[in-house]
Amino acid sequence: MELTLWTYEGPPHVGAIRVAASMRDVHLMLHSPQGDTYADLLFTMIERDGRRPPVTYTTFQARDLGSSTAEIVIKSLREAAERYKPQVLMVADSCTAELIQDQPGALALGADLPVPVISLEMAAYTRKENWGAAETFYQLVRGLLSRNAPAPGTQRPSRDPAVRPSVNLLGPTKLGFRCRDDVVEVERLLNSMGVDVNVVAPLGASPQDLLSIPNADANVNLCPEVSDLTCSWLARTFGMPTIKTIPMGWGATRDFIAEVAATVGIEVNMDQVGASRLPWYSRSIDSTYLTGKRVFVFADGSHAVAAARVARDEMGFEVVGIGTYSRERARDVRAAAKEYGLEALITDNYLEVEARVQELQPEMVLGTQMERHIAKRLGIPCAVISTPAHVQDYPARYSPQMGFEGANVLFDTWVHPLIMGLEEHLLHMFRDDFEFNDSVGPSHLGSEGEGARAAKTENAQDSETDETIVWAFEAEKELKKIPFFVRGKARRNTEKFAEEHGLSTIEVDTLYDAKAHFSN
Amino acid sequence: MSAVIVSSTESHHAGPQVQERGQRAVFCGLTSIIWLHRRIQDAFFLVVGSRTCAHLIQSAAGVMIFAEPRFATAILGERDLAGMADCHEELDRVVSELIARRSGINRLFLVGSCPSEVIKLDLETAAAKLQAKHENKVRISSFSGSGIETTFTQGEDQCLKSTVAELPTLEAGKENLIVLGTVSDIVEDQFRRLFDELGITDVHFYPGRKAGDMPPIGPGTRLIAAQPFVGETARALIARGAVLIEAPFPLGAEGSKSWFEAIAEAYSRPDDLVQHVLELPYQRAKRAVSSHRSKLEGKRIHFLPDSQLEIPMARFLSEECGLAINEIGTPFHDQLVMRGELSRLAPEVPIVEGQDLDPALERVRESRPDLTVCGMGIANALESEGLRTKWSIELVFSPVQGFDQAGDLASLFAKPLVRESILEVGSWS
Repeated sequence: MELTLWTYEGPPHVGAIRVAASMRDVHLMLHSPQGDTYADLLFTMIERDGRRPPVTYTTFQARDLGSSTAEIVIKSLREAAERYKPQVLMVADSCTAELIQDQPGALALGADLPVPVISLEMAAYTRKENWGAAETFYQLVRGLLSRNAPAPGTQRPSRDPAVRPSVNLLGPTKLGFRCRDDVVEVERLLNSMGVDVNVVAPLGASPQDLLSIPNADANVNLCPEVSDLTCSWLARTFGMPTIKTIPMGWGATRDFIAEVAATVGIEVNMDQVGASRLPWYSRSIDSTYLTGKRVFVFADGSHAVAAARVARDEMGFEVVGIGTYSRERARDVRAAAKEYGLEALITDNYLEVEARVQELQPEMVLGTQMERHIAKRLGIPCAVISTPAHVQDYPARYSPQMGFEGANVLFDTWVHPLIMGLEEHLLHMFRDDFEFNDSVGPSHLGSEGEGARAAKTENAQDSETDETIVWAFEAEKELKKIPFFVRGKARRNTEKFAEEHGLSTIEVDTLYDAKAHFSN
Repeated sequence: MSAVIVSSTESHHAGPQVQERGQRAVFCGLTSIIWLHRRIQDAFFLVVGSRTCAHLIQSAAGVMIFAEPRFATAILGERDLAGMADCHEELDRVVSELIARRSGINRLFLVGSCPSEVIKLDLETAAAKLQAKHENKVRISSFSGSGIETTFTQGEDQCLKSTVAELPTLEAGKENLIVLGTVSDIVEDQFRRLFDELGITDVHFYPGRKAGDMPPIGPGTRLIAAQPFVGETARALIARGAVLIEAPFPLGAEGSKSWFEAIAEAYSRPDDLVQHVLELPYQRAKRAVSSHRSKLEGKRIHFLPDSQLEIPMARFLSEECGLAINEIGTPFHDQLVMRGELSRLAPEVPIVEGQDLDPALERVRESRPDLTVCGMGIANALESEGLRTKWSIELVFSPVQGFDQAGDLASLFAKPLVRESILEVGSWS
């Protein structure tokens, strides 16, 4: 039993619904009690989808238990097949249905339905949403394609040189982070290097489309949370290579181009494929103030790893913490953390994440909707880079995270919550200005600025400090003259300095000694 | 485990009334926690369930709108289900952790869910054991908000019913009034002022703002419902001697007036005093409603089942705003608390209890009403088909009762129609 206040991921069957809702001509029959239909609003409200997900719920009740739940399953299957006429009917249990063991998959296979059935096992008590999406996508692809598999050991025929190379984009789904726009951007990128997109799936694909997956030269594992399993199976079964670089950020986009070119065997002139403004924006002197800003990164596995690289190599930030809620991706994130000399935080308990943010006192948080709230509470600027996300992170405008345009979007989105360079200087100089001070927040953000609430949470942060070291009154007063967005760092450094030098009281001079000591 | 979803077939509605069985698109009773935990400020709700339960509550509430909510989920894992871990010991550990963390909590509700009901986890016994351990610190009890037993707003009824046995007994010869069902704080304040003016004293709102606000109950207790999701609690209170005052719900100018008049009559307050006290707020409410009437009059409205507020809302809209009622779908039609409403509803209005989603949506598509009241999962789907909707959860989450909210209530329904007339852009593409 695990005490949970907020959860990063839904249950696995929500992953199955994501796959079904992303596709055309499939239907999911979910054996589930009344109430599980709340999942519909994730799509219709958060993503503003104009249709209900293609799901029929059995919505059984207590009075049905023990007698008629299996009959409800069969009735629901028949009605769904008749009403929606899908090319494929998927069948799954939600958590409660798993307990009553009606085996709806077996019932469906025995019901002589006029439609192919894919039975899913969702392991509700051990797994979570992304696993459920990955498993569903895999079962669907395997179920449709396994009979077309070549004999093991068959050499994959090489492409006719007259045919343009093509790849599949696998993994994007509804409720994924900016999947809608990333697909457009990556397709544009591939087209500009002379590579066609054969199938995009699950997003927008029909089961018929999935049948043509093997016609491409390779698979792009665009959202490994969803597509890893499927890409591995396609590699094993059809000998299709997997393109693993996620084109997020300027450098990764160029690496992606190189990997695609090498995989499909073409030559490309990198600079003719496209360009981003990120490198110049980051080099322009206005961005100097971004240097060494301490950022904390927490997201799903692929976004955490990609964002950390952009943060350090392309924005000039210092990555002071990295983590993920996704245990399936823990290995990747741990490996990335090593590169930054860090220990990765692998947890799906948001209280642990909050404690880490409080302890590290970063100057910026790149996270999910959960971290947005943590950062808001602690008065730290934050940009959302990953699911779970809320309605405002499904924007009307084109806003990809991938490709060269994606790099532009990342630059803008991450700089936006920060106080701009010259403004930061003025706040240092004239702290007591009654209209323009750090408790007001960044001027371009109005009262919504994250800094506006900083003062309220500072006492909470104070209580974290080591009790054996005392701040002298004058030193405390001097500390308050330092703007909030660096005050936490100054406090921490000074206390560390005092501790290292065996000082029990911090005087004004200690503050400046520490400042000199840590100045670099 | 008892099925409480379908009511008795006894009916006070003269018109067509059917029960539908099939796919239901409604929340489960756990959703009630969203307003209950805000209303009872020192209570904590611990759902014993699955990740689905946790995800449902946070999705219905809008992800993380509260810094640290007064609800949480103890998520059952495979070890609990396989019997490798003793559920009661596990619950003991989780509850101790929680109580240590939240020292200001005076009341802890263990809330049963579909999985906990199906594995027959006895939360009542668990609560009693935990109570013994945490005696004098926090009051611990249980109720079920599971989807197999309750829909959406029925969770509140189960919660309140679970506390009825704790209510102290009203001294013989004394009188009091219990206003039953969560109302917003501002509505409580307005109602208290009117009760004072009417000379009705010793009024208790149940649930109150604090978990310890436990009204005494006995044969001297008069009982009135402020909203419909309290039927079972009302029965439990009646069993302890309370007398139910029959009235329409205090929605709209007329509903509010009738509600107060019914109470005043039960107290035999002089008619001229009652009319004098109610006249000003009543006229003010009529003025407020009338400013929206032109936008609503003559429009056809269709209710899909969701909150149990459908019947009183339909009564308000037809009686005071001139709307024509297409169909009233309601997840659960409790005849006891709805008596005061049915006589004011036009006899030809069909009432459909329960749901079969796909045929119900087809009826909406066929008749194309001007406004459809429905749950959040369905509203945008209908909007994209060019139909106007009002998502009904707003009716539960906003202050709607009483004279001074009558205009707001009308405006909730008028807004989608006004918006339709303002917008010069096409719909879903």
